[in-house]
Amino acid sequence: MEIDPFIFRFSIFILSIFIGYYVVWSVTPSLHTPLMSVTNAISSVIIVGAIIAALASSSNNIFETSNIFGFLAIILAAVNIFGGFLVTQRMLQMYKKKKKDKK
Amino acid sequence: MISSNLSAIFYLISGILFILALRGLSSPETSRQGNFLGILGMIIAITVTFLTVGNFSMAMNYVLLFLVIGGAIGAFIAFKIPMTAMPELVAGFHSLVGLAAVFVAVSAFLNPQAFNLGSLGDIKLASLIEMSIGAAIGAITFSGSIIAFLKLRGIMSGSPITFTGQHFLNLILGILIIVLIYFLCKTQSASFFWGMIAASFLIGVLLIIPIGGADMPVVISMLNSYSGWAAAGIGFTLENTALIITGALVGSSGAILSYIMCKGMNRSFFSVILGGFGGDSTADKGKKKDQKPVKSGNAEDAAFLLKNSSSVIIVPGYGMAVAQAQHVLREMADVLKKNDIKVSYAVHPVAGRMPGHMNVLLAEANVPYDEVFELEDINNDFANTDVAFVIGANDVTNPIAKTDPQSPIYGMPVLDVEKCKSVLFVKRSLSPGYAGVDNELFYRENTMMLFADAKKMTEDIVKNI
Repeated sequence: MEIDPFIFRFSIFILSIFIGYYVVWSVTPSLHTPLMSVTNAISSVIIVGAIIAALASSSNNIFETSNIFGFLAIILAAVNIFGGFLVTQRMLQMYKKKKKDKK
Repeated sequence: MISSNLSAIFYLISGILFILALRGLSSPETSRQGNFLGILGMIIAITVTFLTVGNFSMAMNYVLLFLVIGGAIGAFIAFKIPMTAMPELVAGFHSLVGLAAVFVAVSAFLNPQAFNLGSLGDIKLASLIEMSIGAAIGAITFSGSIIAFLKLRGIMSGSPITFTGQHFLNLILGILIIVLIYFLCKTQSASFFWGMIAASFLIGVLLIIPIGGADMPVVISMLNSYSGWAAAGIGFTLENTALIITGALVGSSGAILSYIMCKGMNRSFFSVILGGFGGDSTADKGKKKDQKPVKSGNAEDAAFLLKNSSSVIIVPGYGMAVAQAQHVLREMADVLKKNDIKVSYAVHPVAGRMPGHMNVLLAEANVPYDEVFELEDINNDFANTDVAFVIGANDVTNPIAKTDPQSPIYGMPVLDVEKCKSVLFVKRSLSPGYAGVDNELFYRENTMMLFADAKKMTEDIVKNI
């Protein structure tokens, strides 16, 4: 009997939840805000679906309704990807250690 | 063109890079490297998608154009946004992820061939369920985040909006969504699909309006989690490992943050979600506050006290963010340190409007992160500290949480500021905090109230030291 590929994807999903659980508990509380902005950026990997949707062609018209939704999703996800990673970077630059010469 | 097996391997790699990006956040030193790995993972995922589709036609130019437009908007926002606006920025970003998930699901529904899901009107049952779940959660994330954004931005009042039958209505809508998905699967009719999305948008609004401003840390974390589950739902539809891994990571990350925030308030997740907390209705408000004497002082008194101490713990709260007082606070700390006074900062888990809010603001003001401590690490130090400087925090310092079982905040972990020799409390008035509970600390013998705007008062203190 063959296993449905869905079960494999589901296994990946469940295992990733566990990885997420342990990885996120080890995040230091002072970095919880960057954690939110970076998870926000990576969840925009949904852009891969948007690109497929935008490039799918069933006719010569590249602006079928489904393509348009794809294009819109690309804009939204791109805002998030660039905004999310850059704002995270900006925040992380600010976390500095005490200067050695002071003490 | 690359084979789908090869692209699956690359998606796996980008999923792993995302895991490493989160792993990097375990300490500030490794965090920047982690962020780069996240960016790398994203570049791999996007490049592989282009190569897999392999359709370098006219449409490709538009894809790149929109990518650049979106990216430019995102970059502009990221560089311009003030750090105090971070909570609403994150809420706004969540809404975009949610809406993008809805759009991708709609697109997959309208053109299933492009995603190998069957044909229009004959979509595979499993795919239909997956895309419905993705779209529903995405829609809830979108409208819920918009409400959270409006509340945090102050466009909408932060006080809870409740009406009778609210929870019942939500329940009905929840059932309606499930029923609509059921009929969608049976008939493949688009009208059920649109109806389901509309109901999800509505429930997103209704879920967030009854939740008050200071419960926003839980709401933002929860929406963070939802945006992850929406991405995972779409990931199942598209059979894309990177999306499934990321969705699961983000989903569990948001859930853990919600849990930490609830614990910081000693409230159950459900009591937060059902909302209504922090309204004006708290009965015993104002009952006893008139009689008790309060010791108040001015900047000179405060400066004198601070100058003659040997150790100070600063307790920042949301009021500091509102007054933008973090920079002048650091100046004050610098002056004190020059006088050989030990300065540290105590951050309560739910101080501010989102997880880690205070830490980011202090970091922005160049406060070294090893001077900033979490509640459990610093709480024992208050007893042997001279001065606690409470700026913009209230409920998180209220000793009543330890003593009065009747109080709505009883059992909430609080900072033991009252154990310090003296407490300086910067606040505009004696009004109770978000929980509607009078703060016993105001009337203590060793407390000196400094009635003023947080920034103005701190500036005056700096001048006087």
